[in-house]
Order: sequence, then structure tokens, then C-alpha cells
Amino acid sequence: MKVRNLAISVSLACATVAGGVFPSIALAQDKVQFFPVLSGRTGPVAPNATPWANGHNDYMKLINARGGINGVKTLVEECETAYATDRGVECYERLKGKHGGATVFQPLSTGITFALTEKIPNDKIPMITSGYGRSDSADGGVFKWNFPLIGHYWVAGDTVLQHIAKTQGGWDKLNGKKIAVIYHDSPFGKELLPIVQERAAMHGFTLQLLPVPAPGVEQKAIWLQVRQQRPDFVVMQTWGVMTATAIKEAVATGYPREKMFGTWWSGAEPDLKDVGAAAKGYSAVMMQHGAEFQSAVVKEILEKVHAKNEGTGSKDEVGTVLYMRGVVGAMLATEGVRAAQERFGKGKVMTGEQARWGYENLNLTQAKLDALGFKGVMRPISTSCQDHMGSAWTRVHTWDGSKFVWASDWLQADEQIIRPMVKASAERYAGEKKLARRTGADCQS
Amino acid sequence: MFYRENGQFKTSYRADQQIFPIAQDRWVILAFIAFAFIGVPMLVDEYMFRAILIPFLILALAALGVNILVGYCGQISLGSGAFMAVGAYMAYNTYVRIDGMPVIIALLSGGFFATLVGMFFGIPSLRVKGLYLAVATLAAQFFCDWAFSRISWFTNNSTSGSVAVSGLEVMGLTINTPAEKYLFCLSFLVVFGLLAKNLVRSAIGREWMAIRDMDVAAAVIGIRPMYAKLSAFAVSSFIIGVAGGLWGFVHLGSWEPAAFSIDRSFQLLFMVIIGGMGSIMGSFFGAAFIVVLPIFLNQFMPWLGSLVGVEISTAAVSHTEFMIFGALIVWFLIVEPHGLAKLWSMVKQKLRLWPFPH
Repeated sequence: MKVRNLAISVSLACATVAGGVFPSIALAQDKVQFFPVLSGRTGPVAPNATPWANGHNDYMKLINARGGINGVKTLVEECETAYATDRGVECYERLKGKHGGATVFQPLSTGITFALTEKIPNDKIPMITSGYGRSDSADGGVFKWNFPLIGHYWVAGDTVLQHIAKTQGGWDKLNGKKIAVIYHDSPFGKELLPIVQERAAMHGFTLQLLPVPAPGVEQKAIWLQVRQQRPDFVVMQTWGVMTATAIKEAVATGYPREKMFGTWWSGAEPDLKDVGAAAKGYSAVMMQHGAEFQSAVVKEILEKVHAKNEGTGSKDEVGTVLYMRGVVGAMLATEGVRAAQERFGKGKVMTGEQARWGYENLNLTQAKLDALGFKGVMRPISTSCQDHMGSAWTRVHTWDGSKFVWASDWLQADEQIIRPMVKASAERYAGEKKLARRTGADCQS
Repeated sequence: MFYRENGQFKTSYRADQQIFPIAQDRWVILAFIAFAFIGVPMLVDEYMFRAILIPFLILALAALGVNILVGYCGQISLGSGAFMAVGAYMAYNTYVRIDGMPVIIALLSGGFFATLVGMFFGIPSLRVKGLYLAVATLAAQFFCDWAFSRISWFTNNSTSGSVAVSGLEVMGLTINTPAEKYLFCLSFLVVFGLLAKNLVRSAIGREWMAIRDMDVAAAVIGIRPMYAKLSAFAVSSFIIGVAGGLWGFVHLGSWEPAAFSIDRSFQLLFMVIIGGMGSIMGSFFGAAFIVVLPIFLNQFMPWLGSLVGVEISTAAVSHTEFMIFGALIVWFLIVEPHGLAKLWSMVKQKLRLWPFPH
């Protein structure tokens, strides 16, 4: 009875503490620019989301080693979402007001992006969704706070089809062909469909849409359909464990990996490492960067962060595809702040609202990128009030059994096709929400 | 000393049949509700509202619905997530398809459609019982997951399958700030809590409990099993449906079928089991335990680590959170299999004797 009483009082005491407010765990520093991280170190996408967070945090440490953003140090705090939308929303609420206010959010989950899109305009915090999230948020006239910088799903979908057409000798060769699309059955997967449907109607190839329920390990039935119908190509919009499963199923089915193409989230080392040589020939489209072991920024991170034992993750993953994506994400986040400082005062801490201006007026020339160590990794990016994407360049890389090698030249998504689609979808969103398109005066603010 | 009903004589049936026959209970609960409406909005910050209180209120409402079915009528259901989804998506459809539709009517219509679906999937309960019924109600879960991600009519033909609502307004009052959302959910919870409490004390509630305790005996004394079981499914799905609508409209703002997955069904069932089956109060305890504890652990551990100068990684925190949470569930079930509500009534018993126990 005594033990029980004790246990009950302990739990009551815990509950009492829960009611109190926790003191902030990071040491109070003045003049820090706070970058919250919604990490996915556990859950179905952990192998892929972990290197992203490590890359992001390492680059932030590198920025501090370089002396900060014009003297302003960066601060990172993580909150674990495990790729779940409700936990992501909780993390957003937890982090948004800390350390003087969040600069920008990068949720790394399309579900969380959709949920936060409704919240950020009220809180005046911008959100970068490089390569994921809402494709129509590239229209800055409607989505004031969203920034799908350097591309979104439609860019990836368009360029992967361009690559397939090129290998066949032109778009007309795709006429009458059959392309299977294997996608994650969620907004993440479905976002790809409008562009492939548009292209299918333009060039006369047929589509076989094969949705896979989350988290994507049940694919036997899908691959049976692939075996029966023998599509000419397979395009995969997969993420996390789903990619590895798909490739293993392809091996079991005997579907040639040379005819399988992933979009931006389906072609990284954690997906293919275990399959190894069997995955040889599989390609995926990359928004600009791939695995960049030789780049200047990677060498600098190894030298200034990892050599001092301050690295976030293991040294081996520095330079891998998803690590680089974290580095690029952090670079975009900090360069936006630097751009905002040009207008609102150098060496000052930017609020989320000021940083938003920076992301909207980003002008990363090749010279600037080279100076930052991104030579050969990135191409110039420039955003505007109407265009929140800034660049639509991609490359395709192919797995050679142990690493990725570039398999295509630079590809550019066809703006003639994507821009009207983005605009139509954004107008529809604005109509549903009864939002007015931003005026010229609002663009100056 | 203070918690004694000596001297409180009931002179009418009305007085004897009150929800809280003891005056102290009545005043404490009234004071608590008044505090929730007036005091809380003045005291807590935005994070508390958005991340803890609003999810807690909505899931407590859903748990209340599940408790009517599982706790009072004894029909184990794993379709609660599906009924929440029906509530959310149908409320969304009524809201966007009919111009000028008031939010409250839209939410209630979500509840109405959830009732229909709930009664339909409740039909197997007339033949199968216990775990078999749980498996049969899984069908509702899978069917709804399928329907809301495949049939584009439900999502108003949205390309991504994600739907969103914003700019909610009730009779000229906006529901935008966290405090407004909190009060909106709280009003729903109070009204439904009162309704549910009165239902389970009425003839129909006693029918449910009779069915739960032994359905053959109940049938022998003249209770129609079909009527009792289906009415329990109907009432329960209605409440769960409204909670689903609130979850989508007020808490998330934008949602996809994954928000109401099988995990949600399990979560609601666990709330009822841990909180206390067949107890209205238990639904609130269960919801608080399941919603607040993981978030608490997630923030408590880094804080504890910083006290002793150890930095715990995000992944480690997340893993430990699961382990402690699981261990606590097992511990609570061993210490008190009747749930947290039983602990509560034990405390009340002790309080009557305090400070001079026998």
C-alpha cells in the first residue's frame, strides 16, 4: 500500500510539474537568429530525414564558425515530429515563439506543410518547402508566406518525363507508350499527378496510376500489376522505406531498373544502400544538387565542424544526397536572412516578417554561390513577388551499384506548361479561401 | 472534514436525482467550468491553447463518444477514427458546397452523417460480440480510409486530396485566435458532456448498461437488443463525428485522411480503457493522459537532462518517450484496471474520512 501511495503521489507531482512552464533549455544569448528544425529522426522516414537534419545543423554551425550572418549567430533547436502531422503542428506551436521568434520553418513533410500553410499567415513566419509541399505555392501572388525554393513536385515530374523522352529520342517517341506512376497515397504522392496527366494528354502516352498506402511497405499487389501490364517506364514518387521496398520488389518481379525513374525524394543513398548492386541502373531526378563529396562547402564543413568534433551526425554521411539537401536548405534559409539584412539593417536579428522579404527578393548569383562553396552544386536562384520558386533546374543521377553518377545534363522544367497550372491552382485556392491576389504595393512591403 | 454530505437532506425526487447530489461536488464542478471559461483564457499562453488544450478538448469529446459505445454499451469498436473522418469530411462538404452555411450547422451535419455510417457499421453488432465485433468495425476504418482518399467528390476534387477551411465565424464572432478556438471547443464539450451524462442516467442509458452486463438477460426482461445497440452506435458516432469536424476545422485547419487513420481509433480506445470504461469523467482523464503525457515527456526529458548537464538527442528523447509512455500504461492498468476514473472515486472516498480515518 505504501509503494502504491508513493507511486500515486509521484505521478501527481509529475502532473503538477507539467502544469508549470519549462525554462528554456538553450542558454540565453543576445543577438541570435533562431532557425527551428522539425526533425524526423524516428518513424517511417527516419533513415532519410536524419541526414537532412544533420546537414542543416552542420551548415548552421559552419555559418557560426564563419562569423555568423553579418555577425549574427544562428541558433538551432529541434523538435521531433516523426513525420506525423499532429506532432508537427505541436512542434510548430512550441518553437515558433522561442529565442526571440522563429525565422523560417522547413517542415520536411507535405502533410505538415499543408497544415502550417493555414497557420503561418497569422503568425507572420515564412516557410521554405524546397522540392515538396504545395506546388501551387510557387505563386507568390496568392501564397505570401510559402517558398518552394528551387522547385516543387511538378518541376520534378516534368523534368523526369523530359529525361525519359530524351533517352527515347524525343517527345513524339512516347506516343502510345505506357508509363506507370507508383506514388505514396497521401497529398505528398498525389501532388505529382497533375503534371504527369497534363504531359500524358499532350504527348499521347497512357498512365497507369498505382497508389501505395503509407508507409509504403505493402507493394506486392502493385508490382503484380506492373508484371501483368509491363509498362514501358515506371516513375516513382516515394519516400523513406517505400523506395527501398519498391526497388526490392522490382528485383523480385524482374522489372529492369534502367526503366525506373524516381522523383526528387526517391533517389538517395539510404534507399539504395541495402539493395546495392541489384539497384544498378535506377535513376532519380535531383533539383540541382546530388551527392557532392568534392564540393568546397563539404570540405569546409569537414574542416571547420567535423574536425572539431562538433558534427551533428556521423562523418561518413557528409556530402550524401540528403545531407546536401539539408545543407542547401540551411543555405537558403540563411541567405534569405542576409538579403533581408541588406534592407532592414546589417548585423541585426531579422523577424520572420523581415526574413520573408529576404526570401522574396533572393538573388543568389553564381558568384555568390561559388563564394559560399556551392560551385558546381547550385545554379543561380532569384525570386520575386510573383515567383516564389526562383529556379527550375534539375539533373538526373543514376545508381551504379555503389554510388550515384550524373546521367543527364541540366534540364529545365517547361515554364510554359507549369506556370499556367500553378496559377490556375493558386486561383482556385484563393477562391476557396476568398483571398485577394496581392497588389503591387504589398509586394514592396 | 469539508467533503461530507451530512445534513444535506433530499426532500424531493428531483433533488435526489441530480447529476451531483452532493452540494460540494456541484459547487466544485461549477466553479471548475467557470474557471475553464473565464480564468483559463486569461492565464495560459498560445502554445498551451493550440498544442495542448484544444487537442485535449476535442479528443475528450471523441473519447466521450467512444465511451458511450464501449464503456456503457459494451460494444468494442475500432472504427472511431473512421467516424471522426466522416464527421470532418461531411462537415467540410456541407460547409463549402452550401453558400452561407453556418459553422455549427455544418459540424452538426458532419455528426449526422457519422451517425448514419455508424449505425450501418453497427449492424454486425447484432450478431457478433466482443473481439469479433472489434474486427468487424475495422471494416469501417478501412472503408473510410479508402473512400476519402479515392473518391474525389469528398475532397471537392482537390488535386492533392488535402482539404482546408479557414475564416470560421459563428454569428458574427470570428474563431481565429487560440482563445476563441478554445472557447468554441469548450462550449461543444460542455454541452455534449451534459447531454451524455443525462443520457446514460436515463432509461436508454440503463438499457445500454443492461446489454453490456449480459445481453441475454437484458433481452429476457424486455430490452430490445437491436434498438439498444444501434442507438448506442448512433449516439456515439454522432459525438465522435462532431469531434472529427472540430479536429479538422478548428485544430488542424487542413487535413488529409491520414489524420483519422487506424492509429486514431486505437488512441481513442486506449483513452477509454485507461480513463475508465463506463465513466464520463474517465473520458476526460483518458484524453488528458494520452494527449498531454507524451508532450510532457518530450519536453521534460531535455529539461531534466539540462539540469544534470547532459544533452539528450532528439531521437533519444523520442524513443524514451515511447518507452516511458508504454510503461506507464502498463503500470496504470496493473495498479488500477478500472482506469483513472476509479482512482478519482477512491480519492473522493478517502476525502470523506479525511483527516480522521477509522
